[in-house]
Amino acid sequence: MSNDTITYIESKQKLFSIDFRELIRYRDLIFLFVKRDLVNSYKQTILGPIWILINPLLSTSVFTVIFGVIAGISTDGVPPFLFYMSGNVLWNFFSANLNKGSGTFLGNARIFGKVYFPRLVMPIANMVFNFINFGLQTLLYVLFVVIFALSGAEVHPNWLIVLTPVLVLQTALLGMGIGLIVSSITTKYRDLNILVNFGISLLMYITPVVYPISEAPLGLGTMLLLNPVAPIVETYRYAFLGCGAFHWVYWLLSLGVTALFVLIGLLIFHKVEKDYIDTV
Amino acid sequence: MDKDCVIKTEHLKKEYILGVIGSGTLRRDLQSWYAKKRGREDPNRRIGAQEYKKGDIFTALEDFNVEIKRGERVGIIGPNGAGKSTFLKLLSRITSPTEGRIAYRGRIASMLEVGTGFSGELTGRENIYLNGAILGMTRAEVDSKIDEIIRFSECETFIDTPVKRYSSGMFVKLAFAVAAHLDAEILIMDEVLAVGDMKFQKKCITKMRELAIDENRTVLYVSHNMGTIQELCSRCLVLDHGKKVYDGEVDEAIKLYLGGDKDELYMYDYVDDRYKEKVRRKLVNLERAKFFGRSSSFFYDDEPVPIQLEWQFLEDTERLGLRVEISDTRHYPITAFIMNDVGGGKKGGRSSLKFKLDIAALAQGHYCVRYVFFTCAHPEAEPEPVEIAAGLTIRKRLRTENGVRWHASWGSLVSKGVEIVDRS
Repeated sequence: MSNDTITYIESKQKLFSIDFRELIRYRDLIFLFVKRDLVNSYKQTILGPIWILINPLLSTSVFTVIFGVIAGISTDGVPPFLFYMSGNVLWNFFSANLNKGSGTFLGNARIFGKVYFPRLVMPIANMVFNFINFGLQTLLYVLFVVIFALSGAEVHPNWLIVLTPVLVLQTALLGMGIGLIVSSITTKYRDLNILVNFGISLLMYITPVVYPISEAPLGLGTMLLLNPVAPIVETYRYAFLGCGAFHWVYWLLSLGVTALFVLIGLLIFHKVEKDYIDTV
Repeated sequence: MDKDCVIKTEHLKKEYILGVIGSGTLRRDLQSWYAKKRGREDPNRRIGAQEYKKGDIFTALEDFNVEIKRGERVGIIGPNGAGKSTFLKLLSRITSPTEGRIAYRGRIASMLEVGTGFSGELTGRENIYLNGAILGMTRAEVDSKIDEIIRFSECETFIDTPVKRYSSGMFVKLAFAVAAHLDAEILIMDEVLAVGDMKFQKKCITKMRELAIDENRTVLYVSHNMGTIQELCSRCLVLDHGKKVYDGEVDEAIKLYLGGDKDELYMYDYVDDRYKEKVRRKLVNLERAKFFGRSSSFFYDDEPVPIQLEWQFLEDTERLGLRVEISDTRHYPITAFIMNDVGGGKKGGRSSLKFKLDIAALAQGHYCVRYVFFTCAHPEAEPEPVEIAAGLTIRKRLRTENGVRWHASWGSLVSKGVEIVDRS
């Protein structure tokens, strides 16, 4: 039993010294937190986890009616339902990661104030939780794609599908990266918390979730693609449905921005985590 | 670091910044900054808040050095705000020190609160896994101990019920059971036993002693309950205002924490009412208490304790009684000596009394003395206290000739009246 490693707790820490081995030692905790969140989300509901699937179906239907039927926005010839579902599922995944990530410090102040475990366990557990939701919703989405394709609709899945795991991971990391930055700043300034809440819904409108980028006037389309989420959503839709285009330059740019956000996020998070509890 | 040493702190210091963090929004921070820059009063300072100089810094712990060895059971006591919890927080890495360094060997399991991270919707069993993981155990480790944990928690019947339906006592038991079965080399507890029932408290203390003695774990325990400190700990730290004021024997530490300055004296002059208690009708004013004919407060074996009291009568009093009460350092009463008539006097008159107390039966340790003067209207009536004062400490020492060393946890009276009648 005897464990003789000596640990030092010091006032000064290295700028970047995340202990990944320690994180791996706490992997059981990550899965238990995921389990706890799953149980907590659907305890005492009649439909239980089926809600994970009902959610995108309902919102996609509403999108189809509002933006497709009433507003009449073009969907590049793809069935509107698939078009909106594609954007909707991925966008929800992104916003869930951002939202949960930005609540890491404030939402867990109680437990962080009483016990030590690597603080990164929390955002990682949230990410895994979101992955599970997203995975189930994607299965449903793929099912719809197959059904529509078999019934002869204009749906052209292509080789870019091999890129989707990267896109999904990128979405998660981008959301979490921004989330970690927000979370670190909100330990002192709560304003950002309010901003994030409606910021996410505003961000959705400058992301091609309910419209294709090709619908935007030429100059504006380029501007919109500078939004790091936009190329991901476009590429994801292109891979499954074959509408729009693969803007690989913007996508690489977005990949770089994602890496930057994650790096900055981890740095700030690491700096804040050691004694944020004094100021929260 | 020494081979035997498991925790070592060097010049540990923790400062908290006051005021600035109170506001919480950027706007107010800018406002305060602007006001400070123009030399105005900070509009966000709380009215009546104490003015701390040196840029609003509060030092919770200062130049704290301690070395703790493997297998020690260390109690930490001190008044509120002394820095006890700050030290535990630093040690359990919840917050980081401003200066200085801590080095520790092995793993630390800290219980600063009962049931941290328990989730109401999960069952008792699921929560054991979750709580174990939060405290740093792997699934496999919990697996190997789950039966033991459930048995210890006394919650067998309810183990598959969501813990939101538990009573608070069951909650505590389950939480403690998890912590007590951790594989960590160092266990930290902050006041957690205050909740469970007496029987369970006793069980926990026993369990922690076992862990320390049998498995050589190190236990750090903070409490305001001197009884549990005395029972559990082998060493005690006293903190006050962020500084370590004492480090050593448990009895001595408790006395220092509870007693204050009057204990060091072999003579006590009552100049104010600090050590006196309110009585309904004050007939007597005790002015001085001393051990007569000696200048120390140590008493060996069956040496009697000579005490001299001097007092003044505030009213005409016919017949005054005196009760001398002996309590231990926790102020639990041990015994009392009663003198029904120590004489009377006229208003303004002074009186002096010498008597000797037989404390042969008391175990080694420190004892507090309290004087209760009383009058009785008639012999059957309840005595009415007319002056109550505390003062003088008896330090009883036993020369260990008769072999057995007496432990404080066995009690305060050394009984000799046992006779083996038959042995076959």
